[in-house]
Amino acid sequence: MNVTFFYYEDCPSHDRALERLRSVIAEEDISAEIEVIKIETDEQARRYNFVGSPTILIDGRDIDPPSPEAIPALTCRAYQLEDRRISPLPPEDMIRRAFRAALDRD
Amino acid sequence: MSKLKIGDKAIPFALPGVDGREHSLADYADKAVVAVVFSCNHCPYVLAWEDRIIQIQADYANKGVQLIAIGANDAQKYPADSFSKMKEHAQEKGFNFPYLRDETQEVARFYGAERTPEFFVFDQKGVFRYHGAPDDNYDDPQAVKKQYLRDALDAVLAGETPAIAETPPVGCTIKWK
Repeated sequence: MNVTFFYYEDCPSHDRALERLRSVIAEEDISAEIEVIKIETDEQARRYNFVGSPTILIDGRDIDPPSPEAIPALTCRAYQLEDRRISPLPPEDMIRRAFRAALDRD
Repeated sequence: MSKLKIGDKAIPFALPGVDGREHSLADYADKAVVAVVFSCNHCPYVLAWEDRIIQIQADYANKGVQLIAIGANDAQKYPADSFSKMKEHAQEKGFNFPYLRDETQEVARFYGAERTPEFFVFDQKGVFRYHGAPDDNYDDPQAVKKQYLRDALDAVLAGETPAIAETPPVGCTIKWK
């Protein structure tokens, strides 16, 4: 399974998000390699369709697909939690569900 | 970190608010504490903390604490932070404090603000007493261990020096023009 972790240095949640991603991979006993890509320029953001930090792709699919109107930019990303709160961190359940959906597609 | 140093005097400003009025720092000279927070609409750190910030204003209003939020982000690059969107956001969230637009970004630069949210707390004499984050956990309000802002407000209201006068602001960088 291919996992890509995109981040923008100015958004401080990326360390915790990467730690959370690794933790879910370990808990779910998933065989996956994480490619970590640092986004530093607007051109890179456009090339990778990076809509905010952190962004996690599993086999090329965003764990929280952004709306079609989302504009690639050097910015921080908002994730909505189940209780509707906003967090700069993707929730563990969201990551876990995305992995299980990817496994089901295999 | 901030260009203002703890112990410095507040830098006066006058900025338009989402309520259609101009607000100056001098308008709040009668308040025991004024907490200026550089903020915006789009930043997930602001959004994560926003309900807690509204609650702090509600809890401390009767004690003479006044929060003032200032949005300074470049709205050309970040249209969600435009003045019109600020008006919508304040209405939707029911802000109980003024939300001001720093279009030229001069106030943010003078204060040395770098991130959103970033607090600058002043006592009644306008002396800078606390700088930094509202608390130690943007992600989970239930897991907060250090209530930096509340502790600082309590200390200043009691005429004491905050035990922690400065913490690193945590959030999105201010989007400069």
